[in-house]
Amino acid sequence: MRIVQTRRISQVFFFCLFVWFCLVSTLGDRFFQIRGWPVNWFFQLDPLVALGTVLTTHSLYSWLFWALATILLTILFGRFFCGWVCPFGTLHHCAGYFAHRRQKASEKIRANAGHPLQRLKYIFLLVFLGAALVPSENGLLLIGLLDPITLVSRSFNLFLVPAADTFFHITSVKERMYQGGGLIFLVFWAAILANLIRPRLYCRFICPLGALLGLVSRLAVWRIGKTQEQCSDCKRCERFCEGGCAPSTGIRTSECVLCCNCLDPCPEQIITYQALADPAGADIQANISRRGFALSLVSGFLVVPAFRLENRSGRNWDTGIIRPPGALVEEEFLQRCIKCGQCIRICPTNVLQPAGLEHGLEALWSPVFNNRIGSSGCQLNCTACSQICPTAAIRPISLNEKLGREEFAGQGPVKIGTAFLERGRCLPWAMDKPCIVCEENCPLSPKAIFTRRVFVTIRNGRLQVKNIEADRINIAGATLEPGAYGSGDYYCLLGEERYKIRAGGSDYFMLARAVVPQDADLSVLEIQVRLQRPYVDIEKCTGCGICEHECPVNGRKAIRISAEGETRNPKRALLLKRS
Amino acid sequence: MKTSRFDRRAFLAKTGKAGVAMTAATAGALLLFDSQPPRPGLVRKTVTGLPDYSVGYDAGNTLSIVYGRDRKKTVNAALKLLGGIERFIKPGETVAIKPNVAFATPAALGATTNDELVAEVVRLCYRRGRAKKVIILDNPINDPASCFALSGVGRAAESAGAEIIMPREDLFADMTLAGGTLIRSWPVFLEPLLQVDKLIGIAPIKHHSRSGASMTMKNWYGLLGGRRNLFHQDINTIISELARMVTPTFVILDGTDVMMTNGPTGGSISDLRPTDTMIVSCDQVAADAFGASLLDLQIRELPYLSLAEQAGLGTSDYMRLQPLRASI
Repeated sequence: MRIVQTRRISQVFFFCLFVWFCLVSTLGDRFFQIRGWPVNWFFQLDPLVALGTVLTTHSLYSWLFWALATILLTILFGRFFCGWVCPFGTLHHCAGYFAHRRQKASEKIRANAGHPLQRLKYIFLLVFLGAALVPSENGLLLIGLLDPITLVSRSFNLFLVPAADTFFHITSVKERMYQGGGLIFLVFWAAILANLIRPRLYCRFICPLGALLGLVSRLAVWRIGKTQEQCSDCKRCERFCEGGCAPSTGIRTSECVLCCNCLDPCPEQIITYQALADPAGADIQANISRRGFALSLVSGFLVVPAFRLENRSGRNWDTGIIRPPGALVEEEFLQRCIKCGQCIRICPTNVLQPAGLEHGLEALWSPVFNNRIGSSGCQLNCTACSQICPTAAIRPISLNEKLGREEFAGQGPVKIGTAFLERGRCLPWAMDKPCIVCEENCPLSPKAIFTRRVFVTIRNGRLQVKNIEADRINIAGATLEPGAYGSGDYYCLLGEERYKIRAGGSDYFMLARAVVPQDADLSVLEIQVRLQRPYVDIEKCTGCGICEHECPVNGRKAIRISAEGETRNPKRALLLKRS
Repeated sequence: MKTSRFDRRAFLAKTGKAGVAMTAATAGALLLFDSQPPRPGLVRKTVTGLPDYSVGYDAGNTLSIVYGRDRKKTVNAALKLLGGIERFIKPGETVAIKPNVAFATPAALGATTNDELVAEVVRLCYRRGRAKKVIILDNPINDPASCFALSGVGRAAESAGAEIIMPREDLFADMTLAGGTLIRSWPVFLEPLLQVDKLIGIAPIKHHSRSGASMTMKNWYGLLGGRRNLFHQDINTIISELARMVTPTFVILDGTDVMMTNGPTGGSISDLRPTDTMIVSCDQVAADAFGASLLDLQIRELPYLSLAEQAGLGTSDYMRLQPLRASI
């Protein structure tokens, strides 16, 4: 079997595996649901994820250790990951092939020639690494914006899969919604369409992971190259060159993605994969100058104060950023979150959403709650997002820890925010209508939402009594809507006694019991509505948002979660702590 | 130099094409022509009610109450007192069961219909009733998949051979209930119910701050779609309208444990009180009226019972039905 055939099989295999992992990232115990599938494997293989988090946190978290395998194999064989494994690379490979399929050989050769701007990707890499490198725990992790694995997985999980599932309902009963999914798709689609300009434009010009692996591949023991300097210069080797690495004139190993398309076409059979240096030009590297290197790093450094000056983690912190239970303190969270969207994908209620630009570029596509989307707020008995997070930006927590039970009884439940009631919008508070849907749905025991009962005289509720016959009161001159007050929520205040109305006609009420004789004036009655007005007990509320989700004031909700009181940052506590 | 010359063949071909295009355009326009402006709002087909799923019943064979701890035994005994499930389900019929799976909480917390009870009724439908098919449906408050999974109802019912019908949007249709005031052009989980011969409701007994108690009548809330929380503004009317909408074959009210406080979500074992009672009834109003006593409530404290009674949907004076009783 030819080597390119083997490469294609490898690409198809890893791409299918990737798509499979996207599909099975659904909570459940069927074979097509999460069970034990290692759905984070591609992130773990990604050395940029590992290096980025190492720079910001000074530790290589758990299964990110897999990245070492990629690095070691790259040191031996070159950028095999780009040409053989990366699912985004495979997509570009196909798209680039089809985009240029009908071109003449000479045009293909031109499209696949190396380009000086291919060094751009090193600049991206260095800017990202520069931002991550900033010392004293100020480092910023921005790699997720352009890292190919996070980009493609975000695009699949938060756009392509839910869009396709609209027709199949495999991953969810109700259609999954993702705020800003359009922007995610736009970036993805732009990267795919860029293949019309040049095959693998993203891989060659932008991909920071490709740049990192390119730097590592300078050490590669085996590499592609010519066995002799002289050749007929037919350039057949460059017709399908995926990396734009100029094998005909002396290969740039750091650009070579090991597609092997140059091996067979060579009429002289002088291109090979070998442990020797290429005599033709001794591995010309796609260098960036020392000045460019320094400038890129410094630019990365400068990104940090530019963000920090917004003071989003200080007094100007964003109360709309509600993080999943288990999320680290915001600064540490952002140092680990790669914006892969796995937590957003696994969330069974769809309440976790990718943050848009309104929360700052730093937080773009990181998980935030939007209780107006999804099938309910944060489900009480669920810690799925914390378990799936590949970098522990959301620390894996147990249900006991989330709910503050058993060994965690002392520290109490994890709060992600606090519910605040806007009385001006609340039906029982502002509009004299019974409701308390929020109280009903509060999942805690005892509930964090409680009610106080009041009787309020309704508008135009004072009526003249004509006469009283035991449990029937006839009204003088009124035309009431028949049955309007008979639903069990309305009362008659007569003198000092209050009677429940059980039925009514246009000019009379039937009461639940007979009127008792009193000294007070019985010539006037007041129709009152019994209201249960909700209150939030902020010592109990965990900010799960189910109340906000269910609130029938369905535009701007009358009860809303704000991040105040979140336990991940004790500085944001609302209550005095007594010990 | 080439000059253009009249070419008859080319001209005929050209006019032919033009003619076809003109005819097609005119035909399309005529086909789509509509002299009327659009009607306001989203107008969809609407139904006026569900089929009547009940079988005949009289005093003396309507309501049974069995005391005991083991749900399987008590539900079997209670059905037997009413003549066995064979009385209700004929061989080859399809049966829908509507449990209360509103919340994603474990069965032990009593916020949802007990999973083993559902499974036992499914088995009875198949074995004794020789039903062709049993479906389970609910439109829960929390995430549907999580509710069926965590409550255990999904697995228990499936292992007993029932099919779970998830509340997919395309299974809802608008209803304007005949005689109703609130259920008007409202989405209801209708499509599966129109395919079945019999309908059984199985509900726990739970405290509910707004309405007083959530039992078999309130259980039909889970057939509503849309922004159903709006109905809390007039909870008693909507519950009585739900009883008008659904005339079940029979209902099962599970009073083995009763949620006394913090309902309807519960969340703690301490919210429950063991009352060791199983009620099966053809009259849902009577079942709920009896259930009120297990919550230490008077019938007059639940206005929806009298509203339903006034509407002729059943009786809250359950003693008149001569309930059949047994103990295990």
